[in-house]
Amino acid sequence: MLIFEKSVKGRASIQLDKLDVPHYELKAQKRNAQARLPEISEQDAVRHYTELSRKAHGVDNGFYPLGSCTMKYNPRVNEVIAADKAFANIHPLQEEETVKGCTQVMDELSDYLCAITGMDAFTLQPAAGAHGEFTGIMLIKAYHMSRNDTLRTKIIVPDSAHGTNPASAHMCDFDIVSVPSNAQGGVDIEELKKVVGPDTAGLMLTNPNTLGLFDKNILKITEIVHKAGGLCYYDGANLNAIMGVVRPGDMGFDCMHLNIHKTFSTPHGGGGPGAGPVGCKKSLASFLPTPVFGKLPQGYDPKKSIGKVKTFYGNFSVLVKGLAYIKTLGKEGIKDAAQKAVLNANYLLSLVKKDYDLAYDRICMHEFVLSLQKLKDETGVSAMDVAKAMLDYGMHPPTMYFPLIVHEALMLEPTETESRETLIKAAQVLNTIKQQAVADSASLHDSPKTTIIGRVDEVRAARQPVLKYDFSK
Amino acid sequence: MSKYTPHTKEDLEVMLKAVGAVSLDELYKDAPKELMVEELKLNEGMSQMAVEKAFQKITAQNKVYDTILRGCGAYDHYIPAPVSALIGRSEFLTAYTPYQPEISQGILQSIFEYQTLMCELSGMDVSNASVYDVGTAVGESIIMCCERKNKVIVAGAVNPQTVAVAKTYCKAGNTQIVEIQPKNGIVDIEALKAAIDTDTACVIAQSPNFFGLIEDMGVLAQISHEKGAKFVYIFNPIAATVLKTPKECGADIAVAEGQPLGMPLSYGGAYLGILTCDEKMIRRMPGRVVGQTVDKNGKTAYVLTLQAREQHIRREKALSSICSNQALCALTAVIYLSLVGKEGMRQVADACVSKAHYLAQQLSAVKGIKIKYQGEFFNEFTVETDKYNKDATKALDKAGILGGLKINDTDSIWCVTEKADKATLDGVVSIFKEVK
Repeated sequence: MLIFEKSVKGRASIQLDKLDVPHYELKAQKRNAQARLPEISEQDAVRHYTELSRKAHGVDNGFYPLGSCTMKYNPRVNEVIAADKAFANIHPLQEEETVKGCTQVMDELSDYLCAITGMDAFTLQPAAGAHGEFTGIMLIKAYHMSRNDTLRTKIIVPDSAHGTNPASAHMCDFDIVSVPSNAQGGVDIEELKKVVGPDTAGLMLTNPNTLGLFDKNILKITEIVHKAGGLCYYDGANLNAIMGVVRPGDMGFDCMHLNIHKTFSTPHGGGGPGAGPVGCKKSLASFLPTPVFGKLPQGYDPKKSIGKVKTFYGNFSVLVKGLAYIKTLGKEGIKDAAQKAVLNANYLLSLVKKDYDLAYDRICMHEFVLSLQKLKDETGVSAMDVAKAMLDYGMHPPTMYFPLIVHEALMLEPTETESRETLIKAAQVLNTIKQQAVADSASLHDSPKTTIIGRVDEVRAARQPVLKYDFSK
Repeated sequence: MSKYTPHTKEDLEVMLKAVGAVSLDELYKDAPKELMVEELKLNEGMSQMAVEKAFQKITAQNKVYDTILRGCGAYDHYIPAPVSALIGRSEFLTAYTPYQPEISQGILQSIFEYQTLMCELSGMDVSNASVYDVGTAVGESIIMCCERKNKVIVAGAVNPQTVAVAKTYCKAGNTQIVEIQPKNGIVDIEALKAAIDTDTACVIAQSPNFFGLIEDMGVLAQISHEKGAKFVYIFNPIAATVLKTPKECGADIAVAEGQPLGMPLSYGGAYLGILTCDEKMIRRMPGRVVGQTVDKNGKTAYVLTLQAREQHIRREKALSSICSNQALCALTAVIYLSLVGKEGMRQVADACVSKAHYLAQQLSAVKGIKIKYQGEFFNEFTVETDKYNKDATKALDKAGILGGLKINDTDSIWCVTEKADKATLDGVVSIFKEVK
């Protein structure tokens, strides 16, 4: 039942104090009808949303190997710190001398992120990964414009890239050139050489890529792009695999975003708020959105800024949590997290590969991709069927049908905070499902069977969109 | 070793053996040797207790005011206690985008309720599941409107923070942006008429505007439509419960900063970008949308829908790259509106208006202070005085009051919400009476 269906005329929850000043009647034109907001008691409202929460599954509920999303444990101490009144009650336009704590958070976090990534400066404004990509590509655009290099109209994106990459580049009015992957899952060097040229503005790359593989040719790739006069953008969605081990800045990347809500443990909140800080090398620092925090590189000139990408300073409350995480882990803990994330992924891979085909049978980084094409051909059971069957075992399924270059793909990212027992359990579940696929494939098309609803009619949702409650009912 | 990884020594041995590696370092054999980091230039890790202490030292440098009479895009409203308890529930907090509807009905339903409530506030036909903030909402609106045309007009006193973000989005899309300066605090109609042409994709205006004044948005929408331009209305979600709705004014897109709906000030974020629009623009709307449907047994169900618009399907042909948004902030708004409710929101709006007008009247009675603009305002107003000097700021500060935002030597913008009581407001007036 929706909150509107529980609403009863005349019922109320929160009471305000009696008005202690004279009532003032606005002379401006009023709305014709009052907004149909809920009329419900406090207890019933609390019960309603508690009930809704019970119809959801978070990292705290169980295994959540959603590839590319780094669903690691979200430490509660970070929540306590960010909720402190001396953060929560600070107005963003308070005078500078009254917000020294907030600016210290921004300064420290910017500097730490530089140290972790090998970049020279960071903006903390972007609110999410895609927003970071938009910001980073704007830096590349501004760089070429500042040199009157106006013919650079193309951004190169591998065919394995996140959909956000081409979309973000297109928002910045660039044309997209796709470059295929080679047999090892990396960028095809020969193909890359063919597409770079005087019209290349830059390359967007995830490394480890969306197949969970570290591209051995990374230095060659960035060199090819640089030689053509382009810049290299690092999509930091997969930074969790490598932090403390290798740095994008050393791989030849000029700018990048990272996801505080993935790599730095802040909760995903059902789809945000996240934070997608963007770092860059000295050569691009002046173009960063203002104000920039932390130590600034020599020659920094805010007059060249691309402007703001978000009101005020970004998702500050998220940034506080990210800083708390980095402080807790420290230099050794950051590296440890990455290494254990990679170990967990490889361990899970070792347990499932007898039952399922790997898209690429190599040591993986923090995630790996299965291809269920053969299973589908032989049994009719699809990646979707297997994913849905996992729901019956209280597990969130992996990312499905991504990357696009792998048929019937399931992408698993266990993260470093999962125990060996959980990974063994997950492998057992996948094994059971495999056996079921072989023995009784039809039953899997019906999964899940234990959830509060079965598979939904997505076609109907799209063809006859019902996007809000109909009060006339 | 670390705080959040569970591996024992035995685990490590067993797992490394299973993967056929002798050490953790060996797992990185694909990475060129020369890239290996010796040691990060970071501090050693700390215990959770030590981290909490470290942050107490940081927060001690912030000044927390008892009363905040400053708005300009961030508003200090009362937040009912159940809000934080409910949004803090693990299932909401630690989930991601509800890709799997069978185990995400709670989140999907809350977004469906959010979409409904935002449409109730703005009067518009459809709402998405949120964007990052009001600035990016305007940025996305510009992309929605620039289908064949490439010029946008920002009319009058739109919050400079919002305008700054809009400019960046225009720069990205090589869109021309024209700003029409306000006249007497509101949109200069003649200047707007002179600037708008058939190449104008949209006109963007805010009401209540940056100075707090209520604009005649109906007239602005009409002027826009006469030239074939869309009209983007930036509204305030609290004021929207009282004022003529964006829909009633003829808006094509209505956006807002959703922070007043239960989100703490939190130094500017995380806030909530509300984006609602006319049904006709639905295919150009960015971001996640939840729709109602049925499951295979005919049971009512909610699911992410109209995904053919989005980047993971359309890639470079998508109009926006947004995927993660401000879901937990949207949930905050839903819970806030449910708790405060229909009558409560009327009371909140009434208290904001009445208290703001009380302070404005009391201040204008002080010699040397005048209310700068004649127009009707909601809960923000612009004061013109030489008296808002260092002494006044110091006295306010001492009383635990954050005064209005100074925008130049003489003008400041003040905001009063339901949280301020009469005694405090009288105190502000006394301070101004006393300063030279």
